[in-house]
Amino acid sequence: MWIFPLPLRRLGFLGMNRRNVAYISRYNSRGRYPLVDDKLKTKLQAEKFHLATPRLRGVIRHQYEIETFAGMVEDLNGFAVKPSKGSGGKGILVIKERSSDLFVKSSGRSIDIHVVKRHLSNILAGLYSLAGTPDVAIIEDLIQPSEMFEKLSYEGVPDIRVIIFRGYPVMAMLRLSTRASDGKANLHKGAVGVGLDIATGRCLHAVQYSKRIIRHPDTGIDLNTIAIPDWKNLLELAARSYEITRLGYIGADLVVDKNAGPMLLELNARPGLSIQVANGAGLLPRLKKIEALDPDFSPRAKQRVEFAMKEF
Amino acid sequence: MKSKSAFYIVVLILVLTGLGLAWLRHVNLDIPLVPGRTRPVWHIEARIDFVAEGEPVKVNLDLPGSPPGFAQVSEQAASTGYGFSIVDTPAGRRAEWTRRSARGDQTLYYKVQMIPETDAAKKSEVKQPPNPETVYWDPLQATAAHQLEEQAWEKSSTPISFARELIKQLTASEPDQNASLLLSQYPLPELLMRLLNHAGIAARVSMGLELQDARRYQSLKPILEVFDQDRWVPVDPRTGTHGLPENLLLWHRSGKSLLDVNGGSNSEIHFSMIRQTLPAMDLARLQFHEGGLSRLSLYSLPIEEQSVFKLLLLLPVGALIITFMRIVIGIRTSGTFMPVLIALSFLQTQLVQGIAAFVIIVALGLLLRGYLSRLNLLMVARISTLIVLVIFLTSMISVIGYELGVNLGLTITFFPMIIIAWTIERMSILWEEEGSREVLIQGLGSLSVAVLAYLCMRMPIVRHLTFNFPEIHLILLAGILTMGQYTGYKLTELKRFGVMRNNG
Repeated sequence: MWIFPLPLRRLGFLGMNRRNVAYISRYNSRGRYPLVDDKLKTKLQAEKFHLATPRLRGVIRHQYEIETFAGMVEDLNGFAVKPSKGSGGKGILVIKERSSDLFVKSSGRSIDIHVVKRHLSNILAGLYSLAGTPDVAIIEDLIQPSEMFEKLSYEGVPDIRVIIFRGYPVMAMLRLSTRASDGKANLHKGAVGVGLDIATGRCLHAVQYSKRIIRHPDTGIDLNTIAIPDWKNLLELAARSYEITRLGYIGADLVVDKNAGPMLLELNARPGLSIQVANGAGLLPRLKKIEALDPDFSPRAKQRVEFAMKEF
Repeated sequence: MKSKSAFYIVVLILVLTGLGLAWLRHVNLDIPLVPGRTRPVWHIEARIDFVAEGEPVKVNLDLPGSPPGFAQVSEQAASTGYGFSIVDTPAGRRAEWTRRSARGDQTLYYKVQMIPETDAAKKSEVKQPPNPETVYWDPLQATAAHQLEEQAWEKSSTPISFARELIKQLTASEPDQNASLLLSQYPLPELLMRLLNHAGIAARVSMGLELQDARRYQSLKPILEVFDQDRWVPVDPRTGTHGLPENLLLWHRSGKSLLDVNGGSNSEIHFSMIRQTLPAMDLARLQFHEGGLSRLSLYSLPIEEQSVFKLLLLLPVGALIITFMRIVIGIRTSGTFMPVLIALSFLQTQLVQGIAAFVIIVALGLLLRGYLSRLNLLMVARISTLIVLVIFLTSMISVIGYELGVNLGLTITFFPMIIIAWTIERMSILWEEEGSREVLIQGLGSLSVAVLAYLCMRMPIVRHLTFNFPEIHLILLAGILTMGQYTGYKLTELKRFGVMRNNG
């Protein structure tokens, strides 16, 4: 089904060209990209500014360091191994628990230490990095989703994407993986996108493959009843990612841990536009409202969130 | 938005400069706007025969300077043993052959190439109106002439119509006494000239050459020219029709004699001519002068560089198409300008063979790359390996193709190896990250954009314009710049966001 440009404009939908010209290239300075393209850098920067992120357990930078891996995770039950420059969730190995010498993956399959070492070696060789450049592996604590989040998603932990424009949260969506998306949270692979009301954190609209849905296709949960707890704190955490990156237009991915609450997972300097479909609303009117604010006035994250909750 | 309007002014200036320069080049240098156009060219050869008497010889021939209705492309003289030069005299251009001593039959040649021109009238304007020449008659002739003139004067209003009336009287089937008397003493053209001058109208007898394809031994025909307002108007002395007939070349106009031979006798002049059609492009090249706009043309480069530039100047066309397809249409390609390079290699192979070869090599490369990824190689080593493998593959396919008698093999070797290796590398990363569907989408996207770019770059008119009018690229540049400012939706987004139709 096609839509004419005019009604799309009336809905305030942001297109790719306009996003690139009017927002990304105008508000994101090129020199700050590595901060978000490299998860390790993002993480260290976030820790510096006291933003909650999954705890870093270790970094493996060189092939010979792989031998130290066993000691690194000795007293950990579950953990995640990630490539620092990976994208789209590629190369992420999630170990749920350990039984004797074996590691149990989130899918339930057990692997031995050699498979994990091989995976680490692949990450270092740049197999999962965007441009194929050599990479480093990050080992961090596993997120313990709260019960409510756990049952929302099929495999994988649900994450919340918030678009932050000049520090103000402008639009948010919850991403739930499905059987079709193979446990991934990418919308174009079949994950469910749930548009969230900035004011309340409640579900507005839910889509899968750009089609409106009411129930999660695998778990059967009624998506319309979703309400994110502790919403204001979560938005505040997302909004503070502006301070650590100074990038004007970013997407912040957050997760909610059972014990630690909202945590910043990663940042994206070129966030996609599907969030508009998930919300059933365009970004443009909101972006324009923030552009109209006095640029010299820079309120704290708390005030920015209050402004956004009131306006959007 | 001050910067915005400044930007559009720059774009406008680019477009106008491009168009203006191209037009100037077209008008001044006669470079045709479309390829394949041909123009007729007359090759005219004047042959002078005379018998030399063993003394210093000097032969002098009047040349058509810039005859109305024609433009001269080039001229040559061929006469062994003679010195040759062209001299500009107040009476016009003259060819001059000289020799210290000669004896016996002599033959001299002068050749000229002329192309018919349409805007002839303007060129033959004369600034200073000539005075009618004084004419002397004996009393009897004077009376006859006077009577003829008076009758014609009554029935006419302009110099041309006056001449026409005179011609009517003189060419009547039964001319009256006055006409018969004068006709018995002067040839018709000369008589007309005398009568007109006598009546105070400037007139002269010129010599014209009737151009007919593949004619030999032609001689010049006398043509009456009557001065009317600000120019000389040719008038046919037999029919009275005025204006220049299409195939008449005015060779000798007024002034001195047509041919002077000193030191020789029995001189004769004959003309031969053939009509040829030449590509207008070649003609334009013949007419290139030193300096001016022709300096800016790429024809001053050595041939080898020219052929490089012919290809190079096509690239902006490809870039324009990529820009359009990606920004306005929203087609996904693997690598931004990979499709242009693929299209460029299609230009060197052929379309079908090119696509076949490309798909085969990329597919085989992807298979090999799948194995390579298991070896945990570093990126540079991986791509280098891939380049070596791709070269192996192409040579193999070339050999197999040659054995099978398919012409695919030999041309394939021109395929830029590094481009293919990179394509394979990117595709395989894409495969791992996004899955086979995305590889197919981007692969087909790249290939279809490449084919489109190829089809455009192959068009004769595009090749012609980009090479002969390099300033056209300013217009392309303006187009690319304008698209760079496009913030509207891509065509594919209208489909992507199509679900919102019911909400709107």
